[in-house]
Amino acid sequence: MRERGRDALATTGETLALLRNKALNISTFIVVSVIKTVVALFVLLTAVAYSVWLERKVVGHIQNRWGPTRVGPFGLLQPLADGVKFLFKEDLTPPHVYKPLYIAAPMIAVVFALTSIAVIPIGNWVTIGGLHIPLQITDVNIGLLIILGVTSLGVYGVALAGWSSNSKYSLLGGLRASAQMVSYEISLGLSLVGVLMLAGSFSLRDIVDAQSGTFWGFIPRWNIFYGGQFIAFFIYLSSAYAETNRIPFDLPEAETELVAGYHTEYSAMKFAMFFMAEYANMITVAAVASLLFLGGWHGPLFGPPALRAILPVFWFVLRIFGFLFVYIWVRGTLPRFRYDQLMAFGWKFLLPLAIANLVITAAIVAVKS
Amino acid sequence: MLHLILFVIFGGFCVAGAVNLLVQRHPINSALSLVVVMGSLAVEYLLLGAEFVAAVQVIVYAGAIMVLFVFVIMLLNAGEEERTKGSRVALLFGIPGMLAGSVLIGWVLLERAGTRAVPAGALPGAPRVIGWLLFHDFLLPFEVTSILVLIAVMGAVVLASHPGQKHGKKEG
Repeated sequence: MRERGRDALATTGETLALLRNKALNISTFIVVSVIKTVVALFVLLTAVAYSVWLERKVVGHIQNRWGPTRVGPFGLLQPLADGVKFLFKEDLTPPHVYKPLYIAAPMIAVVFALTSIAVIPIGNWVTIGGLHIPLQITDVNIGLLIILGVTSLGVYGVALAGWSSNSKYSLLGGLRASAQMVSYEISLGLSLVGVLMLAGSFSLRDIVDAQSGTFWGFIPRWNIFYGGQFIAFFIYLSSAYAETNRIPFDLPEAETELVAGYHTEYSAMKFAMFFMAEYANMITVAAVASLLFLGGWHGPLFGPPALRAILPVFWFVLRIFGFLFVYIWVRGTLPRFRYDQLMAFGWKFLLPLAIANLVITAAIVAVKS
Repeated sequence: MLHLILFVIFGGFCVAGAVNLLVQRHPINSALSLVVVMGSLAVEYLLLGAEFVAAVQVIVYAGAIMVLFVFVIMLLNAGEEERTKGSRVALLFGIPGMLAGSVLIGWVLLERAGTRAVPAGALPGAPRVIGWLLFHDFLLPFEVTSILVLIAVMGAVVLASHPGQKHGKKEG
């Protein structure tokens, strides 16, 4: 009897120690996660602000103008000035709008646009003060699916904004946007399946790790060079441009036809939220394209250990910057599709191509294994 | 413990969304309540360890099907519904039926009170397992379902095409 009591006491002691350990682990986990989230959000929002600056600057130069030059050197403080302007502008709410959804729509758009950053890894693991931390807010084994899910919910922001504004231009913009986004989501999803088959995992970290090394010593083992995934890359990029409503797929906000499309009736900070959502989505698209097709953060490593720790992040950011530049370049170069062209391109060209790519990649993987 | 708290919170969301769906008079509010139901169901799946099913629930139901619902409501510009006193059929059969159903469910739950709840994360839910089940154990039902969906798609095309018009010919 006493033996058993002692045993029970011992187990209780052990359980308590375990619990204390677990609580400590949980509290470190929470602190680390909060810090990572705050830093990631701050960096993302700054990147969003400066990609607007970049866009104005690059499009300006493409069109033989200067772009912003007045506020700060090279107009670098322009995003700050814009932010202040958005905050202090009068926030008009037109009459006859359906208020609850009119107010909720920009929030929905921006929340889902910012959430997807949570599963995007930006580099390898780092060790700070004995803690081994991944450079990612959370490493989940279905990371890619979470990004797809969250971005597919972003449609609601646009659709509801168009509907609740109670204006013909907004409604047409919202309808166009939801039809376009639902259509192109299919080819976007199918284009990623090839990469998933090659990596054999949904985890973004595993997918990047599968792309390390080189062919014949000099060509990096990125998916874009491997197993015909160049086609998938093209499909992904085209569908992603359509998903983010960018030129040449910007029919939801075609200025010449619809004033500004779904955000015609919005002003001040509510309008800025749609703007932020669009640029945050562009950054997410760029990040996913780099991770899935361009080897994520892989690149030449050299120098002292501190530099070696920083370099992967630098290579990753460089790729995102490259994608953003291409986005802006395309915007400055290409005209807008007609609506029937847009639908035909999505359904009759991209979708069959994506399915063909899927079948061929599956055959290659099956033969190899 | 954390699992239980999350389960209660999202279960509450789910039920509240379902009730709100019925109470709201505007179709778009009802559709959005259904989105909330889908989303909280996805979280419940996630709590059970079925991460793939949860992701598919969000992508397919909340992200695609419900978007089409909202799309149709927007396209038809459906207004607020009128509140009626309810049909006599609902009063006569609906309420007793619902009561009988909930009594039945309650009785089954009490009868089976001895069975332990499935611990969170105990069921296999990884994409690999689901894929194996779908394409190995349940291959035939899976293929039959896809043919069913194909028939539905063809039916939609037939219904949407104008009967008098020749195929492939553009209007105007």
